[in-house]
Amino acid sequence: MGQKLAILGAGDVGRSVADLAGEYGHEVVALADSSTAVVDPDGIDVEAALERKVGGESVGTADPEAVFETDYDVLVEATPTTLGDAEPGFSHVERALEADRHVVLANKGPVAERYEELQALEADSAGSVRFEATVGGAIPVLSTIEDETPQAVTAVRGVLNGTANFILTRMAAEGLDYEHVLAEAQDLGVAEADPTFDVDGTDAALKFVILANVLADGGFALEDADVTGIQNIPGSALDLAAEDGRTIRLIGEATREGVRVAPRLVPENGPLAVTGTRNIVQIETKNAGSLHSSGRGAGGPETATAVLSDVGRLPEL
Amino acid sequence: MVDEPVVSEDDEEGDDPETDGGVQAYTVRLELVDEPGELLRALSPIAENGGNLLSIHHERGNITPRGHIPVEVDLECPPDRFEDIVEALRDAGVNVIQAGADRYGEEINVVLVGHLVDTDLSHTLNRIQEETSAAVLDLSLSAPEGTENISSARLRLAIDSGEAEETLAQIRTIGTDKELTVVEPLLGGDA
Repeated sequence: MGQKLAILGAGDVGRSVADLAGEYGHEVVALADSSTAVVDPDGIDVEAALERKVGGESVGTADPEAVFETDYDVLVEATPTTLGDAEPGFSHVERALEADRHVVLANKGPVAERYEELQALEADSAGSVRFEATVGGAIPVLSTIEDETPQAVTAVRGVLNGTANFILTRMAAEGLDYEHVLAEAQDLGVAEADPTFDVDGTDAALKFVILANVLADGGFALEDADVTGIQNIPGSALDLAAEDGRTIRLIGEATREGVRVAPRLVPENGPLAVTGTRNIVQIETKNAGSLHSSGRGAGGPETATAVLSDVGRLPEL
Repeated sequence: MVDEPVVSEDDEEGDDPETDGGVQAYTVRLELVDEPGELLRALSPIAENGGNLLSIHHERGNITPRGHIPVEVDLECPPDRFEDIVEALRDAGVNVIQAGADRYGEEINVVLVGHLVDTDLSHTLNRIQEETSAAVLDLSLSAPEGTENISSARLRLAIDSGEAEETLAQIRTIGTDKELTVVEPLLGGDA
């Protein structure tokens, strides 16, 4: 049976979820951007709302508050990730759970920064929280860990930031320096105008903090992660790595003991040396060796598939 | 000295000679202290655990940076006994540098990035040799922007068995002291 979705956030991910929901058998009853909303208990006209949004108008005429008054089954939280108190994302989740609704997060903030509070809210609610989309976009990372059971997973390693990976790949392939490749990545739209979060390792760290929280059942926030970015890596370092059949990738590691993100030497032809904006995770298990999963870790439709997979796993309320 | 082909780590994955009894040839590299009786002490755990010695290459003239003597031992044994042999060697206090394939390889590379020349590269290397159990085997420096600017160096290190994590942590500390970025190898999993 389809679920009634209320979507908060009308960026790439929120819009893609709205766009694809029908294909997955769900109905969108509310869609809100930061200042307005469109709400209809019988299902909103998604196409019209998206056209308005893309045309630079507001998504609707209603107050975003109206979303919480709607009869929805699942709140999709796709507002931008914020650090520290993870607001306003966290309060959105809180309101939905207190109303005994399900929540699916694409927003990394609450899961990375306030995991234990989230778990406590979920325990008191008839609703459930899922957040596959927060780690590795289209790649089923968290559901794989769930299938293996977190206790049987000893570590998760990998490349979970496409921008940093694109830059390192181009530097190695073309013998170019960081600044040059960054400018190229910005021209191509791979890197944002302000790429700080991607290149200083913060974005990858948030994802590995979420993974550590899942493995250890909480206990981690961004400040607990040991993070080094790629800004100081010159082309010459990649050349030297290649002399020994290695390359450098921004690798994250999450275990029950901690989180570390840093540029690391990996075999040039090894599984973790993915190229371009591709992501990869290696899930090390106690009894089944290592599992690898690679794919698109970002992008609206890609991330939306992770949100909609989560919606499909939720029980009916 | 027995003169016959030996399985080195390079052809470990290839068509290894495997005799009818399922016995396989292996190479272990050891580091011995230069004292009488050390070689015999190092070989007995092999014989005691079902290994058959094929050849011993005792590089007397070749001393490691820590003043030890590298010895290469070729042996054959059933594959399921090999780990026992390596463990017995380590239990006997013998420093195993490499055993069979990469799995036991205790040679690692790190890349240092920063003002390597300005911050006295030989001092950095000395600190690594003195403060860690690593021996610097060789070094490759790349300074395309000139030595006053950011440059990179790749160090190939020999480290004591099972001490990679600790050694890397010590090198990281030295890197922090000298404002150098240390790009470490990823050791975990099958990376």
